[in-house]
Amino acid sequence: MTARAEPVGGPLVTPFTRALAGLFGLAALTIAWRLVAGLGATTALNDGYPLGLWIAFDVVTGTALACGGYAVGIMVYILNKGRYHPLVRPALLTSALGYSLAGFGVFLDIGRWWAIWKVPVYFWHWNFNSALLEVALCIMSYVVVLWIELSPALLEPFKDSTILPLRRLARTVPPIVERGSIFIIALAILLPTMHQSSLGTLMLLAGSRLHPLWRTPLLPLLFLMSCVAMGFAVVVFESAFSSIAFKRRPETRMLASLAAVIVPLQLAFVVLRFGDLWYRGELATLVSGGGRAGLAALEFGLFLAPVVMLASSRSRRDLGQLVRASMAMMFAGALYRFDTYLVAFQPGANWSYFPSVPELVITIGLVAFEVLAYVVIVKTFPILAARPRVERQAA
Amino acid sequence: MAISRRVALQTMLAAGATVAGARPAKAAVLPVAAADAVGLLYDATLCIGCKTCTVACRDANQLPPDTSGSPNGLYNAPVDLSAKAKTVIKLYAEGDERSYVKTQCMHCIDPACASACMLGALQKREFGIVSYDPDLCIGCRYCEVGCPFGVPKFEFAKSAPKIVKCELCRDRLANGQEPACTEVCPRKAVIFGRRSELLKEAKRRIAEHPDRYVAKVYGETDGGGTQVLYLSHVPFEKLGLPTLGDEPAPQLARSIQHGVYRGFVAPAALYAALGFVMFRNRRSGEPSRGDAEAPTGGSVQ
Repeated sequence: MTARAEPVGGPLVTPFTRALAGLFGLAALTIAWRLVAGLGATTALNDGYPLGLWIAFDVVTGTALACGGYAVGIMVYILNKGRYHPLVRPALLTSALGYSLAGFGVFLDIGRWWAIWKVPVYFWHWNFNSALLEVALCIMSYVVVLWIELSPALLEPFKDSTILPLRRLARTVPPIVERGSIFIIALAILLPTMHQSSLGTLMLLAGSRLHPLWRTPLLPLLFLMSCVAMGFAVVVFESAFSSIAFKRRPETRMLASLAAVIVPLQLAFVVLRFGDLWYRGELATLVSGGGRAGLAALEFGLFLAPVVMLASSRSRRDLGQLVRASMAMMFAGALYRFDTYLVAFQPGANWSYFPSVPELVITIGLVAFEVLAYVVIVKTFPILAARPRVERQAA
Repeated sequence: MAISRRVALQTMLAAGATVAGARPAKAAVLPVAAADAVGLLYDATLCIGCKTCTVACRDANQLPPDTSGSPNGLYNAPVDLSAKAKTVIKLYAEGDERSYVKTQCMHCIDPACASACMLGALQKREFGIVSYDPDLCIGCRYCEVGCPFGVPKFEFAKSAPKIVKCELCRDRLANGQEPACTEVCPRKAVIFGRRSELLKEAKRRIAEHPDRYVAKVYGETDGGGTQVLYLSHVPFEKLGLPTLGDEPAPQLARSIQHGVYRGFVAPAALYAALGFVMFRNRRSGEPSRGDAEAPTGGSVQ
């Protein structure tokens, strides 16, 4: 049986999408306020904690959660596991949405937002010592690459459109993307490898103000591994979520074999992180008690939980267990990254930070927008693999 | 290591490097100050905490009052460096031991803020002064994450914010004046000059009065060396000057970044390898095609 993608269909306006739109509407008003009134009036950011929720969550954690396209891309195109192909388009969609919103998060966070265009344009001023410059340029390019990758799916419904320019576009673009696919996909794997590791390098600049439990030259590698694990977890979660939300038969078997691949990855992260603490003589710090040590221990627990949960092949075929394990994996990586950027950063005792209400409203609103856009797009465009209507025996 | 650095510094001076901005193109393990590097020498044993320097600084830089340390908000009394205060005098007191300390930008020889800055809004310009160009700043505040001294401050209260930090009164220097803080200091507790000469003067004072000083010039090599130097009678960490070691603050992050991206060889090689693997996969016939054709690959069971 060949898998083709097709729109899920169904009404776009439901109580669920209405609620999401409401949350986003509230955020949109807050965003306008932030852009006009400035950061001091709307956020809890200060000179001790210059980076807050928007960077630590929306950007650093958000882009890792948007690494589904990266993880599945490696699987399908590099490791040549074609059977996972039905997961490519939905993963690309979550990646494109996640990265676009992370980019928007950066735009909101920077104090001189009207000058953001200078970063890609003023190439003669580029400072190649800056890990942030590399992250910024890579993320900007990757957003473009992701939408190019996704464009054939988004143009497909317009192949027979009565609007001539649209029809022409829908017929000319996909073959071009197809012909250049090797170059585009290679870029789509190279760019996240670069900026996801650089996100780790970035915090090393804080030097001794970064807590020793997180301060390691391995930070780039740990960040890269965590984003791949989170990417896979999101794919499993999103596939299970779609099957429940849209009442489709779950791709349990495919997800089970994917889970078997990601368990060793998760384990490798734990071994590397633990080995690093041992090598640097910081294991005592880990058990010394205190809030930060507790959070680091919780990270280890969350990283190990899915390894245990998915140990047997029977548990890997249990959809509920897959969902729980993938959530644990997402939380594990998210906490690790969030901690590195906010908890581990110690600017001094006289500084404190807790996100303000406007910061939270905007972050929640942007996540709501992402879910809303996902639902609307999969209902309208051919993203998810077509499922047989007839009930079959459990595979 | 410290010796080789000193030798290098002396060699440079001996060579009579009169060329402005004759900075080694590629910093070695330990950076060397520019030949034209200027700075401050602050002697905590001389400072009487009169804060004249802070007033002169405010005046010269046209800064608004900072009332954060004034309970009724009536007095200009910054408690720390802020977007409204580029230099602050602090008091350290513990038992009978007390000392004032002046804080401002240290003008590092190899500054973390400049290493962080995407478009070089913060960078070492003339006289090795870490100066700011708002036209190249997008307000990302990564400089604040990097600076080990907590110096750059951001105008959070403004809707068109800038970074605020001491630029050693570079506009006054251009007019042949010295920085406002050194000009007004009644005890000459803070003086301005070439870094090389200030360092010599600091060592002379220690040699002359070894009983009066901690036997170290803070900033000679700390954090890779700074152009602002400190003398003190109490341990420097008591004055809030961090123990940094001789390695420049941005060294680790930069060596990783440069190690990976040297000549862009590794990314280019990875890109080529990825392309090659996909090309081979496609020829091997496994159904893993580009998406343009819709997900046709793989059978769904």
